[in-house]
Amino acid sequence: MVAVADTVRTARRQRTPLSGPLRFMARLFRDKPLGAFGFVVCLLFLFCGIFADVLAPYGFNQISPINRLKPPSEKFWLGTDNLGRDMLSRCLYGAQLSVIIGLSAAALATVVSVFIGIVSGYLGGKIDMLLQRFVDAWMSFPDLIILIVVVSVVGPGMGPVIVILGLLYGIGGSRIVRGAVLSVRENAYVHAAQSTGASLPRILWRHILPNVMAPVIVLFTTRVGAVILAESGLAFLGLGVPPPAPTWGGMLSGSGRSFMYMAPWLALAPGLCITIVVYAINVFGDALRDLLDPRMRGSR
Amino acid sequence: MQAYIIRRLLALIPTLIFASLIVFITVRLIPGDVIDLMLSSNDIGADKKSREQLEAALGLDQPMVTQYFRWVGAIVFEGSLGQSLWQSTSVMQEILHRLPITFELGIMALLVALLAGIPIGVYSAVRQDTMGDYVTRSLAILALAVPGFWIGTLIMVFPSIWWGWSPEVSYTPFRENPLQNLGQMAIPALILGLAFSAVTMRLTRTMMLEVMRQDYIRTALAKGLATRTTILRHALRNALIPVVTLVGLQAPVLVGGAVIMEQIFVIPGMGLLLLEAVSQRDYPIITGVFLIVGVVVVLINLLVDLSYGLLDPKVRYR
Repeated sequence: MVAVADTVRTARRQRTPLSGPLRFMARLFRDKPLGAFGFVVCLLFLFCGIFADVLAPYGFNQISPINRLKPPSEKFWLGTDNLGRDMLSRCLYGAQLSVIIGLSAAALATVVSVFIGIVSGYLGGKIDMLLQRFVDAWMSFPDLIILIVVVSVVGPGMGPVIVILGLLYGIGGSRIVRGAVLSVRENAYVHAAQSTGASLPRILWRHILPNVMAPVIVLFTTRVGAVILAESGLAFLGLGVPPPAPTWGGMLSGSGRSFMYMAPWLALAPGLCITIVVYAINVFGDALRDLLDPRMRGSR
Repeated sequence: MQAYIIRRLLALIPTLIFASLIVFITVRLIPGDVIDLMLSSNDIGADKKSREQLEAALGLDQPMVTQYFRWVGAIVFEGSLGQSLWQSTSVMQEILHRLPITFELGIMALLVALLAGIPIGVYSAVRQDTMGDYVTRSLAILALAVPGFWIGTLIMVFPSIWWGWSPEVSYTPFRENPLQNLGQMAIPALILGLAFSAVTMRLTRTMMLEVMRQDYIRTALAKGLATRTTILRHALRNALIPVVTLVGLQAPVLVGGAVIMEQIFVIPGMGLLLLEAVSQRDYPIITGVFLIVGVVVVLINLLVDLSYGLLDPKVRYR
């Protein structure tokens, strides 16, 4: 017995130099260069979001009539808009909003997915049947239409947008968690836990949840991209976080649109920001899926 | 096949009931008072009607359960979705008027997606791990990241600056001038089909790679069948079955995207109707569009499932 414990301990010690996240990073950079690139861009995006206040040369709503519609220059790297606001600063603050909305809505979505997925998948039976019919019906409504309708009832704003996006993607994503739970549920260790009389919350928390973490992590990553894209679409329709908040989608819509013909740089920067960030999250998510959860390969 | 169709139709009932509940509950139970929003000062026409009048017009003076059954009853027995609050036109008529326009846009986008996605997917699979494969795959991931409204904006702005040309934004009905109508719909349909074609391409590629590894493909090639025939007749036919399912899965995405395209290119479809209704807080129209969109998507998925039975004999008699 002691010998076994010793072996386990040595094995653990041997793994430490490159275990966990570090070893995973090494694999990411070695096997998935595009995914690693995405990861680096994601970090950069996160950095811009967190330190927008420090990085931005001007305030996001610092109006300067004398500098209106200036093309990109040394003073204003990405030019200025019709109110003379610096586009670079607005894009950086836009990154901040996207980070906040993207991470919190994706986190909420993941929690909702895990809750519904685990309850539905583990309990099965009538509860599963009812929940799945509900998810079926829910998924037949286009995301954007649900968003528009709900915002029309609740009114626009950061809080509502996060909650709605979280619930929206949470319910849809529960399918993936449920699928994973169904395959984990029949494992011997779950039956062992059941037969020793472990309580339901304990089984779900200690035995099911840790074993569906791989798809859950992948789900969270891809959701961040989806949320940012959906939020920008909503902002574009004028139903997101209301102005003067510098959302990327919002910068492409509204009163600024008519000035794009005079100042085409207004149309470029925000769209590029969305595309690059969503692209980076997608390739990173793909790589993560291939490395963490080979079963999900090829699915979306 | 008949039994399969009947079973599939019966399975439709709970989905539709849930869909109606989702629509009803979303609009009514969410915190935030619809009437308050409607009466807020910046609203069009809000001063014309008092709170009681609005409550009565929306049926909000009744208990919730009564409201639901009245609403569903009117739809099932009279085919009525109520009246628009401000225009006093029938919501159903308004929707039926706009539905074909969105439908046309959706079908054109679907064609773009399939015509581009399937051949590129096959090419990418046949030339697996070559330069061409990498390029098309990278472009597909990129296409999934570009927001449609941005491409739409760029197409509105840049050609007009460079060449003084911009897409037509006064809508011509198909019956008036089919060619002009199709030309007008082409650009939004291309943008709308872009992301979908990327998804189609990725799925076609994955499925082709899987099918190409099967024994019957090796047999076909071994007996001397031309590679082209093997790929098109034997591999593609089997690889395409999941692509049909994809059409059903992507239908809601397509409808959602259509809203944005209709807004940018001023196409008077369901999406624009919804956005106009939202800006005027015309709740009967909002609810109506919401429900009809859901029902249409459910019906598209029914068609997809039925065609699945036709395409794949294994499904038919199960």
